[in-house]
Amino acid sequence: MSSNLEIGLYVFMLATFVGLEVIRRVSPLLHTPLMSLTNAISAISVVGAILIISNDEATTMSKVLGFVAITAATTNIVSGFLITDRMLKMFKRREVKK
Amino acid sequence: MGSLVNYIYILSGALFILSLKWMNSPVTARRGIFAGEAGMLMAVGGTLIGHHGNWEWILAALLIGTAVGVPIAYIMPMTAVPQRTAMSHACGALAAALVGTAEYYQRQPHASTELVGFTMVALVIETLLGFLTFTGSLMAMGKLQEILPSRPLVYKNQNAINFVLFAIAIGLGVRVILVPTDTWIFPIFAGLSLVFGVLLLLPIGGADMPTVIALLNSYAGLSACAMGFALDNKLLIIAGALDGSSGLILSIIMCKAMNRSFANVLFGAFGQIQPAKAKTEQRPVRSASAEEAASILEAASSVIIVPGYGLAVAQAQHKIRDLFDTLMKRGIDVKFAIHPVAGRMPGHMNVLLAEADIPYDRLIGMDDINGEFPQCDVALVIGANDVTNPGARTDKSSPIFGMPILDVDKARTVMVIKRSMNPGFAGIDNDLYYMDKTLMLFGDAKAFVSEILKELPAAVRA
Repeated sequence: MSSNLEIGLYVFMLATFVGLEVIRRVSPLLHTPLMSLTNAISAISVVGAILIISNDEATTMSKVLGFVAITAATTNIVSGFLITDRMLKMFKRREVKK
Repeated sequence: MGSLVNYIYILSGALFILSLKWMNSPVTARRGIFAGEAGMLMAVGGTLIGHHGNWEWILAALLIGTAVGVPIAYIMPMTAVPQRTAMSHACGALAAALVGTAEYYQRQPHASTELVGFTMVALVIETLLGFLTFTGSLMAMGKLQEILPSRPLVYKNQNAINFVLFAIAIGLGVRVILVPTDTWIFPIFAGLSLVFGVLLLLPIGGADMPTVIALLNSYAGLSACAMGFALDNKLLIIAGALDGSSGLILSIIMCKAMNRSFANVLFGAFGQIQPAKAKTEQRPVRSASAEEAASILEAASSVIIVPGYGLAVAQAQHKIRDLFDTLMKRGIDVKFAIHPVAGRMPGHMNVLLAEADIPYDRLIGMDDINGEFPQCDVALVIGANDVTNPGARTDKSSPIFGMPILDVDKARTVMVIKRSMNPGFAGIDNDLYYMDKTLMLFGDAKAFVSEILKELPAAVRA
């Protein structure tokens, strides 16, 4: 029987190795878009903020903190994905060869 | 209902991994964004299915965040991308830190059953990293935007003071873990983390920014990851670990590209190492006009352009695209040599040049282009300095000794566009400028390239 902590550590270990292997293959050309993409993905903390705020026992303080957290994280999600897309659209190969 | 949400989280985690995997090539990268967006939509939607208490608060925050995020993404000029990245590290870290704080106080009444052992450890790590990354990233943003001086700020016993402060913060963190009921300690702990973030960034100069931004990226991810442990949410652990490892890899690449260690970047205060050099004797340099530069480019058959941060400052990327087009039309082979730490964040130059519509297969990384310099007729250095300094190969006393550089000095002719002979960011003199085959083109990068362009059509008619 594994505890939640043990399962969590397994998940963390595997995700870190997957992350290292996957990121290692990213072309240096795309390091800036990569960073803004991972930024958007790490705004997954919005999930934690929703869990806090939606709790029946949420105090006014945790509602306010959660509110600010959701706003900040959503800003990151929206601007992160959109600006990454804007950057990637700019990366073009030569159109016509002469 | 609970298990449905968990299945959604599993899918969402898989989409995040795919999203990063597809970033490995510009061809599939945009598909990567869609995967990431889908994963995020599922994660948020799934969470809302299971937890919609106080929904009006959640909805309002989601709407405000979207309303702020959209204009940021579209208005932000590409030259400001490093600042925006620092700002979003700050936002992400703030979110994690606030969630950690809220959670601590919310679970406090049941401290004896809920705030025990590892949950509390995770909460402390989450808030520590969150708060220090928040202020640290704000400092980085201020320095990049030049609201704050971008020079390293150093004072006596800086490292000792930082270390003591950090030790106190850790001590308080441990105390909170052991005695979670002592609520008065928590604000002090949070405050110290905030202060520590500021102090950590004070000695960081512009040349170190690529490494530090990547490191802050990693911290923000790890903070989200710790949140996953505190809330026992595997999706948060996965996404946080992916972000953490991404930031880690990028900062390792940046460190390697400067031949420095993490400790050296964080505590070394680059640029302050050699105060007021004694040997400031004037050595002769050869300078040239735009006309001469144009005729040399005209006669070349291969040109390598070496861009640096100065190009971003001068906003010269579109002019350079014009130069690129003009030369390519004449059958001259033009390539760009990109040093990993050129600019203020990983990949900065690539984004700027791509913005100007320069095809990405012309942007060549350091290891691949270095072999081509000896065969190249002209190396045109625009706004780059330390990454071209041959002293890094030979001069053991140089602070950048051992740093891998672009072998610009091996080209047949070197032309350097530079405002003046003032040394670059690290304050190190560059021997490249005094070589016989080097021509200095003094002026603003954008203005000078325009001058060269004006001379080029005239030369063809003659």
